Amino acid sequence: MKARPLSIFAILYLFVLYAPILLLPIFAFNDGTVIAFPLQGFTTEWFGLLLETPALHEATRNSLVIAVSVAVLATCLGLFAARAATRYRFPAKGGILGFIMLPLVLPEVIVAISLLVVLMQLGLDSGLWSIVLGHTLLCMPFSIAILQGSFSNMDQSLEEAAIDLGETPWSTFRLVTLPLVSPGIIASLLICFTISLDEFIIAFFLSGNAPTLPVYLWGQLRFPARLPMIMALGTILVVLSVVLLVIAETFRRRGLRRAGVKDAGGFL
Amino acid sequence: MKDTSPPPAIITLDHVEKYYGEYHALRGITAEIRQGEFFSLLGPSGCGKTTLLRAIAGFEDISSGTIRLDGRDMEGVAPNKRPTNLVFQSYAIFPHLTVAQNVGFGLRKSGKSPEEKRRAVGEALEMVGLGQFGARAAHALSGGQRQRVALARALILKPRVLLLDEPLSALDKKMREVMQVELIKLQREVGITFILVTHDQEEALVMSDRIAVMFEGSIAQLDDPETLYRRPKSRRVAEFIGMMNFLPAEVTGEAGGHVSVDVAGLGRAELDLAQCPSGAQSGKGEVGVRPESLTVLYEGQHAEGGREAEGTVKEVVYYGDMTYYDVLLDGAPAPVRVSMRNMPGRRVLDIETRARLAWDPRAMTLFC
Repeated sequence: MKARPLSIFAILYLFVLYAPILLLPIFAFNDGTVIAFPLQGFTTEWFGLLLETPALHEATRNSLVIAVSVAVLATCLGLFAARAATRYRFPAKGGILGFIMLPLVLPEVIVAISLLVVLMQLGLDSGLWSIVLGHTLLCMPFSIAILQGSFSNMDQSLEEAAIDLGETPWSTFRLVTLPLVSPGIIASLLICFTISLDEFIIAFFLSGNAPTLPVYLWGQLRFPARLPMIMALGTILVVLSVVLLVIAETFRRRGLRRAGVKDAGGFL
Repeated sequence: MKDTSPPPAIITLDHVEKYYGEYHALRGITAEIRQGEFFSLLGPSGCGKTTLLRAIAGFEDISSGTIRLDGRDMEGVAPNKRPTNLVFQSYAIFPHLTVAQNVGFGLRKSGKSPEEKRRAVGEALEMVGLGQFGARAAHALSGGQRQRVALARALILKPRVLLLDEPLSALDKKMREVMQVELIKLQREVGITFILVTHDQEEALVMSDRIAVMFEGSIAQLDDPETLYRRPKSRRVAEFIGMMNFLPAEVTGEAGGHVSVDVAGLGRAELDLAQCPSGAQSGKGEVGVRPESLTVLYEGQHAEGGREAEGTVKEVVYYGDMTYYDVLLDGAPAPVRVSMRNMPGRRVLDIETRARLAWDPRAMTLFC
């Protein structure tokens, strides 16, 4: 019975953390334009409205294009960096890795402003590609952290064994390294995709006239009548994010099992 | 009885040097490894034995010198182009493949038909006693089974030389002894040259045709196990291989190929020059005696030629089949260890009792 005050605290903590998010689906299905209790009744009208808003579709398409590109780009770069970090010793290794991990702690607004300044100085138009670059910068630390785990869990002599058995470095990568780190690659793809999909600040600064989903949502907040529709959209996004994260974690754990090592941390 | 001409060399090491920055890992290694022999590189950790093995496999570049395999200089030949295969200390079994896929991994570029490959994999698995395990997932194997898969995978390519990096160190004692015997049998069966790296002197003695003992990057002695054990060339080798007692000794004279020494605790001994690897300058030295070359004398027993010594039993270690005694000989500075086979009707001596020992000058080595 000793743990009782602590378990009450834990429950309270989780409630405060997740209650606001629980409000999203509640009001998404509420038959009324005012976000307030008491609830008015059940409706799926707001979800229907989502389908009838072309600007929203445009923003969704932008977001998906960006998120997929970022996931692929950040994961590829992360793959190189993680392999280098776990397999080779080179000068200034700590410093280089530190710089790659820096965006994790750098205020995003600073990153966004500096990217905007650079773009303007170069006289380039901002567009989807500039958001892709910004998000890649942001996602790299996550990608590297995940893949570094995959690489360091992998016995180095596996690659040597493949070479010893007659494979070239490239076919070794394809036949041994890639299959063994693939759960990490999938986890990295999914997490980068999720981060990019949700990201607002960089997208807001660099989107120009092609808003992403979060930027579009932000714009819609000016119209109180649209609020329930945003709640509906938010519900979908939350569910999607959770599903992706669970899939990512499942793959990460499967990778560990396959490599035959004990789980030490992770995201879930 | 023995064929006096040794088989031709398969690997020739000529003044092989390796530096890691300032660190001198291999110092002028010169040796020949003969065709079809079971060769061991034995030494404490950090002596360079693994570096040398990896240099032969092609995973380490050497700083100078040459490594020849079948007369061909291996300089610049990548590991995947060398006719060597390596059994890794961790076995490096591909965890995402089945046992059969692991064993057949090296056949991918062999140009064999799928049918031929299947047969080769089956034969290789049969050879290591894993005939029924082909479809098993590799990560579901025990340590000993992994070891066999690693062997089958390396041997299926019929390498000129099989390199083994501490292959038994991950196994428990019982399994290790089983695998030692199996490895010897396997080596005789396939007739391929094996080079084994180990820090376990017993393992090296049991398995090898010849052993190179390495300290600090150079070979201290290269001999067959018996010579290595009976005639160590230096005190360091003597200490590393098996157990040896060292008694202070004084060289008193040399005449006609014989050396007279005065050994503390034992007395005067006549040694052959062959028993003095570092020469026999008159002066102080040490005489090495193996524990099994000293014998406890029981009542009524007498040593040949009166070569007896007396002392006090200081420690008794009972091993079941053997008993070890630490006996402080009168006039010796430290106890010597004596090993005696236990036999029915032979009483184990008590601690702090007097004991008589017989000794044999032929089993001595003089280090100056």
